[in-house]
Amino acid sequence: MDARFWLIQAFNGLSYGALLFLVGSGLSLIFGVMRIVNLAHGSYFLLGGYVALSVIWTTGSWLLALPAAALAVALLGLAMERVFLRPLGFDPLRQVLLTVGFAFLFQQAALDIWTGNNFDISPPPALTRSIVVAGLYLPLYRLFMIAMALAIGLALWLTMEKTRLGATIRATVDDAQMARGVGIDTSFVSMLIFALGAFLAALGGVIGGAFLGVYPGLDFEMLPIAFAVVIIGGMGSLGGAAIGALLVGLADNFGKALFPEVSYFTLYAPMALILAVKPTGLFGRE
Amino acid sequence: MSMAGAWGKVLAVVAALAVVALVTPHMSSFVILLTTRALAFSILVMSLDILLGFTGLASLGQAAYLGIGAYITAILATRYGMGLGYDFWLVIALGILGGALLAALFGLLAIRATGVYFLMITLALGQCVWGLAYRWNSLTGGDNGINLGQRPKFGIDLGDEVTFFYLVFALFALSLAIMYTLVRSPFGRSLVGIRERELRMKILGYNTWLHKYLAFIIAGGFGGLAGVLWAHTAGIVSPENVVLTTSVDALLMAVLGGAGTLVGGVIGAAVVFALREYLSTLVPWWQYALGGVYVLTIFYLPTGLMGIPARVRQRRAALRNRENSKELASVAS
Repeated sequence: MDARFWLIQAFNGLSYGALLFLVGSGLSLIFGVMRIVNLAHGSYFLLGGYVALSVIWTTGSWLLALPAAALAVALLGLAMERVFLRPLGFDPLRQVLLTVGFAFLFQQAALDIWTGNNFDISPPPALTRSIVVAGLYLPLYRLFMIAMALAIGLALWLTMEKTRLGATIRATVDDAQMARGVGIDTSFVSMLIFALGAFLAALGGVIGGAFLGVYPGLDFEMLPIAFAVVIIGGMGSLGGAAIGALLVGLADNFGKALFPEVSYFTLYAPMALILAVKPTGLFGRE
Repeated sequence: MSMAGAWGKVLAVVAALAVVALVTPHMSSFVILLTTRALAFSILVMSLDILLGFTGLASLGQAAYLGIGAYITAILATRYGMGLGYDFWLVIALGILGGALLAALFGLLAIRATGVYFLMITLALGQCVWGLAYRWNSLTGGDNGINLGQRPKFGIDLGDEVTFFYLVFALFALSLAIMYTLVRSPFGRSLVGIRERELRMKILGYNTWLHKYLAFIIAGGFGGLAGVLWAHTAGIVSPENVVLTTSVDALLMAVLGGAGTLVGGVIGAAVVFALREYLSTLVPWWQYALGGVYVLTIFYLPTGLMGIPARVRQRRAALRNRENSKELASVAS
């Protein structure tokens, strides 16, 4: 175990964290705004990958698949929020169960449409090369993932902090009742955030499809990891999601490399401890 | 609820159970196995109902206790040859103890949390157990799990499906009786009080933390028992038993049947097992049926299947009231 090992693991952890940020930030915003524990979030990730595959098979364009899949799943999320979650009102248990019912429905639909085979999403050839930095081979695709997460993170941050829309979202996270009182349409904000969360998760599914693959069961594998990101970082906070994603990405990589037998334990035990000590997460808004 | 009504319900449940016990052995071996599985899992669902329906704590990690009971059984059986004779009863005791101890540990972290946070923390704790089961290859066999090989023999041969069914049935009925007594005891009543309004119970001088903690441990113990039986029912123990979807299943079964009724969880389990394992052999779209049942129940039957009679009665009473008021109106005019 020399410096190379540490550097490569750190780089892999960083790029995995970039992917987790896409999934986790949406989940975190959804929870922050609506207090909904969305157990269908892993399904958005998986469906994103599947829709992208269909787009690639018909048009051959990976570049087109990326936004197409994300938008399609965002519409799905929007419909789910409008037709089912909104009428339910605030009832955490029923909301959770409803999202899980949908997760099962999506699972079966995916199985029917895309069969039970394992697929890979091959990125464009330009991104499959590696570059050499200081004697380390860095796959360009992983660099692209990091760049993508940074760009999206920056866009989200600017929207949240510098625009009027962002201010209404932050107000809704902090105190939805008060926000309604001063005339903010929190129902519209919820719809928007839910669609955005689904959009980001699906984007993650397309991007992650290149090295995680796309296969049945990926939805419920991704879901608890996304929750770990959200909880460690803090619910409803964008910066928290970024730090949570980074920590989970690194912990996952080093855990698997250093102590494989307890690697998931080292991921979820801190999550439980943080919840017990500070339920709002490390950087959550009180 | 009147005293007579309560006894009527108990009698109805006893009669239904008697029918299950009498009819099942004459069915095909597939149905016998299916019923045995459903009964073993029902113990877990009922244990969850103590938390969900009676204490108001929705746990998303109940599979952890099923898992600990199942892994204790499998590891003792394959490594030390334990639990395959009369010491099967010792393994049952150890499974219950294991579940209760795990819950005692997890409860220290989880009990303070409420609502959504309780959901999340139990999810995280359940994932800890899953992570160990999945990755700790040298102990748990990792992804492949552990094959048990054979069922215990002690005077009776549990390898025989009908004998095993009777054993699981007996332990199930015993668990139901104990849990029913528990929720109707003063302790159970104070749990309901906590569910309805924890602050008021605190003001009345109840140690609500301790009540919830004890309920959590009791549920864990029954979960461990379910795990021991589940291990021998399936013949294999794998991370599938502790995965998040298993916890979710238990939660959905409890809600589908009707939370806070104990028996509802059993009905929920029966419906889900029938759909999943029986319907799946007949049609390819069974999971749509399952997902549809969940979504429709949550939407239209928040009190679950057990709540249907009450809803029908309400509907009728409302109709009668309307007619009465119409008559009154016509008389008055």
